[in-house]
Amino acid sequence: MPGAWTKKDLLGLDDLNKEEIELILSTAESFKEVSTREIKKVPALRGKTVVNLFYEPSTRTRVSFEIAAKRLSADVINIASETSSVRKGETLIDTGKNIEALKVDIIVIRHNYSGAAAMLARNVHASVINAGDGWHEHPTQALLDMFTLKEKLGRIEGLNVSIVGDIAHSRVARSNIWGLTKLGANVTVCAPKMLIPPAIGQMRVKVTSDIDEALADADAVNVLRMQFERDAQNAFPQQLEYFRHFGITKERLQKAKKGIIVMHPGPLNRGIEISSEIADGPNSVILEQVTNGIAVRMAALFLAAQANENISHENTD
Amino acid sequence: MKEKAKLLDKDAIARILMRIAHEILEKNKGTQDLCLIGIRNRGAYLAKRLGDCIEAIDKATVPVGVLDITLYRDDLTLIAQQPLVHKTEIGFDITGKNIVLVDDVFYTGRTVRAALDALVDLGRPKSIQLAVFVDRGHRELPVRADYVGKNVPTSQKETVEVRLAEVDGCDEVVIVEKD
Repeated sequence: MPGAWTKKDLLGLDDLNKEEIELILSTAESFKEVSTREIKKVPALRGKTVVNLFYEPSTRTRVSFEIAAKRLSADVINIASETSSVRKGETLIDTGKNIEALKVDIIVIRHNYSGAAAMLARNVHASVINAGDGWHEHPTQALLDMFTLKEKLGRIEGLNVSIVGDIAHSRVARSNIWGLTKLGANVTVCAPKMLIPPAIGQMRVKVTSDIDEALADADAVNVLRMQFERDAQNAFPQQLEYFRHFGITKERLQKAKKGIIVMHPGPLNRGIEISSEIADGPNSVILEQVTNGIAVRMAALFLAAQANENISHENTD
Repeated sequence: MKEKAKLLDKDAIARILMRIAHEILEKNKGTQDLCLIGIRNRGAYLAKRLGDCIEAIDKATVPVGVLDITLYRDDLTLIAQQPLVHKTEIGFDITGKNIVLVDDVFYTGRTVRAALDALVDLGRPKSIQLAVFVDRGHRELPVRADYVGKNVPTSQKETVEVRLAEVDGCDEVVIVEKD
C-alpha cells in the first residue's frame, strides 16, 4: 500500500523512499485516463499558478509540464532564461523570491547547475519540482521511464534494466538508478570507460563496457542520448565509432531477450545511439514514454501542491 | 470510535438492493439507455450489485462504471489524510444515457456535487438520477436522492458505515459514534 505524500517539493529520487515512488506511480496511473477523455481536464489545481522556469533549452519537458498543469486546470507561465532578467545578472534566489511575490504555487525548474532545484526549494515557500539540474537528477523522466516499464512488463521488482550511453553526464541515468534500485530492479550501466563516472561504485549497479553483455539478460534497455553539445565530444570524438561499438541495432537486439523493451528519453540521435529500425520498431516504447510523461507530471504537480497546502495550513493554525 | 447499533444485516441489504433495482426499472420503464455509475469506493460495489439485481429481474445487462471524484472535491485541503487518487473506469459513452449514480451514504451532498461535475466533463447524459443506500440527513447543498435504501436519522457526532463483503469482509450497516 503506497504511503502518504508529505513533501512540498520533488527534487530527486535519491531523497524518496520506495513507498513515495510507488505513490507517484499509482497516482499517475489514475491520471493517465484523463488524457484519453474528450474533455482532457480535471479541476484539481484550479486557481493554482505554475511557473516553468527554464535555464536550459528544453521543448519536450517544458511542454509536457505545461500540458500536465493545464490538464489539472492550473494557470501556467513560462520563463526562459534567455528572455528574462537572468541575463541582467539576477541570482536564482532573487528570481525565485520575485516569482513567489507574484503568488505562484509551484515552480518547475530546469537548471544547468546540479543542486539548483534544491537551493531554490530551500528559499521559497512555493513547491519546487526539479525538471533537470545539471548532471544531478531528472526525477520526472526517471519516473515516467519506470511508469512505462511497469505498464509494459507488469512490475519493476526483479527486472533487469540496462542503461546505455553517457552515464557520466546523465541526470536521467542517475535518477533512474536511484529509482529502479529502490524498487528492486537489477540495473546494469554500459558505456565507454571514459563516460562512466568514477563514483559509480557507490551505486548498486553492474558496470560493463560490453554492449552485448549489457543486453544479454536485459528485460529493458534505456538508451541515453549522446550529448555532443555537452562533454561527450571530448570523450568520444567519432560519432560513427560510438554507433559501431554501442549503438542499439537490429543485429544486437536479435541476441537479446525476445520481448526486450527499448526506451529513450529523447531527443533521438538516429544512427548514433540507436538505429532508426529499432527506434521505430516493435520493441520501442519511445512515444509511449512521451504520453506517460504527462500522467507522471500531473501526479507530481498534484501531490506537491496538496502537500504544500497542508504544510501551510499547519503553519497558520 | 464506538459502535452504537447495527442497523442492517446481510439479508436486509440484499432485499433493499433488490427493491431499489425494481424501482429503477419502474421509473425508467426498463433498461433502454440505462447505466449505473458507482462512486468510489463502496458506491462502486453497490452499483455492481444493483446491476446484477437488474439483470436477474429483467434479463438485460446494464453497463456499470466506476467514478473517482477525488479531483473534483472542494475539501481536499481540509482532510488531514490525503485521499489517494484512483482511476475512473467508465468503459462506455455516457452521452444520451440515463445514468443512475450510486453511493453508499448520503450526507452533506458535496460528494454528489463533485460527482455531477465529474460526469458532465465526461459527456452529456440525458438524465442523472441518484441512488443512495443510506440517507443520514444534514444536507449542505440542494440535492436530493431518487432512490433511498434506508433513511437513518443521525446526529453529526455519529457516522454511518456501510460495510460490504467486497472490501470489509461482511455485509452490514452500523452507526458508530466518533470519540
